[in-house]
Amino acid sequence: MQAEAKVRIGLEVHCQLTALRTKLFCACSSDYRSSEPNEKVCPVCFGLPGTLPVLNAKAVEYAAMIALALDCSVAGRSLFYRKNYFYPDLPKGFQISQYDKAGGVPLASSGHLEVEGKAVRITRIQLEEDPGKLTYEGTIDRSSHSLVDYNRAGIALVEIVTEPDLEDARGAKMFLEKLRSLIESLGVSDGELDGAMRCDANISLAGGARVEVKNISSFKEVEKALNYEILRQRTFSGAASSETRHWDERRSITIAMRSKEEEQDYRYFPEPDLPPILLGAAAVDGVRRSMPEVADSKAARFAREYGLSPQLARELAANKALSAFFEECARLHTGYQEMAGLSVSELSAEDVTGERAVAPADYVELVKMVESDAITRAQAKEALREATRTGRPAREVVRSKNLSAVADEGAIAAVIERVAAARPGSLEEAARDKKAFSFFVGQVLKEEPKAQPAIVARLLASRLRAKKT
Amino acid sequence: MDPLSVKARQVPSLVAGGSLSAEEYVASILERVERLDGRIHAYLQVDREGALARARDVDKRARRGERVGRLAGLGVAVKDNVCVASLQATCASRVLEGFFPPYTATAVERVQREDGIVIGKTNMDEFGMGNSTLNSGYGPTLNPWDASRVPGGSSGGSAAAVAAGMASVAIGSDTGGSIRCPASFCSVVGLKPTYGRVSRYGLIAYANSLEQIGPMGGDPEAVSALFYAMAGHDPRDATTSREPPRGRGGAGLEGLRVGRVREFFGEGADPRVRERVLDGCSRLEGMGAHVEDVSLGSLPHSLAVYYIIAMAEASSNLSRYDGVRYGLPSEKGTADWNSAYARTRSAGFGEEVKRRILMGTFVLSAGYYEAYYVRAQKVREIISREFSLAFKGFDLLVGPTMPVLPPRVGDEPTPLEEYLIDINTVAANLAGLPAASVPCGYEGNLPVGMQLIAPRFREDVLLDAAVALVGEGGAPRPAEAP
Ligand SMILES: [Zn+2]
Repeated sequence: MQAEAKVRIGLEVHCQLTALRTKLFCACSSDYRSSEPNEKVCPVCFGLPGTLPVLNAKAVEYAAMIALALDCSVAGRSLFYRKNYFYPDLPKGFQISQYDKAGGVPLASSGHLEVEGKAVRITRIQLEEDPGKLTYEGTIDRSSHSLVDYNRAGIALVEIVTEPDLEDARGAKMFLEKLRSLIESLGVSDGELDGAMRCDANISLAGGARVEVKNISSFKEVEKALNYEILRQRTFSGAASSETRHWDERRSITIAMRSKEEEQDYRYFPEPDLPPILLGAAAVDGVRRSMPEVADSKAARFAREYGLSPQLARELAANKALSAFFEECARLHTGYQEMAGLSVSELSAEDVTGERAVAPADYVELVKMVESDAITRAQAKEALREATRTGRPAREVVRSKNLSAVADEGAIAAVIERVAAARPGSLEEAARDKKAFSFFVGQVLKEEPKAQPAIVARLLASRLRAKKT
Repeated sequence: MDPLSVKARQVPSLVAGGSLSAEEYVASILERVERLDGRIHAYLQVDREGALARARDVDKRARRGERVGRLAGLGVAVKDNVCVASLQATCASRVLEGFFPPYTATAVERVQREDGIVIGKTNMDEFGMGNSTLNSGYGPTLNPWDASRVPGGSSGGSAAAVAAGMASVAIGSDTGGSIRCPASFCSVVGLKPTYGRVSRYGLIAYANSLEQIGPMGGDPEAVSALFYAMAGHDPRDATTSREPPRGRGGAGLEGLRVGRVREFFGEGADPRVRERVLDGCSRLEGMGAHVEDVSLGSLPHSLAVYYIIAMAEASSNLSRYDGVRYGLPSEKGTADWNSAYARTRSAGFGEEVKRRILMGTFVLSAGYYEAYYVRAQKVREIISREFSLAFKGFDLLVGPTMPVLPPRVGDEPTPLEEYLIDINTVAANLAGLPAASVPCGYEGNLPVGMQLIAPRFREDVLLDAAVALVGEGGAPRPAEAP
């Protein structure tokens, strides 16, 4: 059988800067999702003749944050270009965007984002305005007319373009999820909002023709669309031609839209109504200083400052609320590994921020009980579950439920003997094999949940040594 | 009363002092409009009631001794591509029929704040594309000096209105000479400010990187007052300068270094025009200026560069006229949106506009962009640099505004012939420089204008020179519009 052709996937992600209160070039509210159609418009974003765009400085700052978080180099002087095409959702007949050809300079370029240890290169990042939205009665091909809603027109979009460094649909989805959480941690966009993050993809097999798939509305659809397109190209091997295809969400297939020869000529040229965006070194430094820490660098800091294992540091850093909770606890107590481990396995963001949130001081006391063997980790977990369910302090739960570890070594030793008797030969196995040792400890804990695993292990080890002699 | 019995420059102080009623003055202007405009057709729309109401308000405040603005009582004609809330703005195009902007251009807002009174909206070449005001979707404007001649364009309605005493001053816009050309043909002063000096907010775009709103009028002091009222930074126009406008020295022309630009007197220039402008140069010398010849070798390229850039920008600016949201409604039918757009645009745009959209689309197309648009921008740079260099040795550069006398209405030049007479005016737009046309003589009863170009933000020099050249009496009036 022939080896499967190598797949190369590049993505074009459009992310609305939903944290901006206004649109990119006017003062209209950018919060349009609960509005009536054409309610959030003004003469500027409606494209009325005589109006002029004025750049929202905050949008530049937010876009620069994304660029820096993706390790891009930010252009000291970038330009807005007009992308000209007729479409009813485009009130001016052109979209104000940026461009990397015809003398254009995008806001930032040459970055990367690491996904599962592999760098995905970011080609460029640019600022542009979102078009309006068309709605149809029924389906696009059946509807007798379309309705236009310009509420979305002029919303600030950041376009993030990658090199074709992704190799499968799963990887693409992982990339997008990581990108979304990174952008969310910067506080510039809420990627969960409907349509706030959208994506186009280009796919080629074994250096074959590049096919673009547009209209992928959510990240959930990305994996489906890519898998479909890869399968389609494999099945019709050699038949893929340079073209643009449309993802039909309802039927879960891609449909040919136009071939490369029919590609529109957008007649890009510099937008004369907007001066260049100037972001000197000092301005970029300012943005960098004002940036919240993103997950990757936070994880590195957790490992460095608190000695957490890389895995635990990453898991903790991925959750913004838990990270903040952990750092508060770390000011009260130095049992970092235990505090981090327990919160990653037992607590959600809601548990540390919601109405029945666990107080850091209470949590630290609980951890201290585990560390001093007063209670077992399993008991601590039980107390936390109860505490977050009821809103009572965890320490109180420990008291009222009478949670305490069995510290009586004689009692534990008796359980060890009982388990050994029930499974002949299991002691010998535990002596030979590490896995069997752990299994044995597990059996003891099953019999006596209040026992401390560490004590069980110590007693079992000495029991095995005694047996040898 | 006869509005012409008062010099425009005196109106504000007379109104403020209570010795002239703004209402009476404005009513007399409206009376002239009623009497003369049926023939000249300078206005597309007259806001009779609005103008009188504002005038009464100014009078009321003057009577109470409250402060009135520096333009108090002046009747201002506004070109139809400059938005005034609640007045229709068509740019003399059928495609914008029925468009009433909900906002007022910053420049007009500032004029109104100084109690200037908008008389109405004036005719123009459709979207500013032309130099005759024949290319109007609503019929041509005629030259008050000779009704068989064009008034120039594209701000022909504004120029004709002030020349015929149907406004005290006027607001025009200049993309490649659209203020200076009609100022020259109608014998008034017209100033195109430095790019970025006057806000373009509310100016319906033809070619954004070239155009400016500017003042026009027979009395250069009133033109000056109108300019300073409109000038200054506007947060709604990102291309306006933050540098405050430079006030006039009010000095004479003693010691002014004037460069007579050889290329402006080149072949194609009517010898009669050349003579009158050379006379004008002698008068400058007579007032103490040093006049010398100078050559700017890149100027002959300016026309081609101008038309490429202007048409490119226009093709994009005019994309929004699709009949979906405002203006000429698209016909109801079952057609797809593409053909609906085509129908609206075919019906709404005039021939010249269609020609420029097509050519602009062509020069921006893949494969031609580098050869036309990019090269044009490079030459534009060279022209700018050459001006900067020339201004090291001169305070003013001069020449004929238009190389010809006002053409006859029935002449019907080819498009190229029509483009060619913009040869002297377009360079100032390419370089973003302030430039004025000042009346400097007559051939029979046909006016000749002299163009003055100054360094960036030196409108003060242009206005001082205009005042000196025109003199106390203001520009002469045409006999045909008594
Ligand atoms: Zn808006």
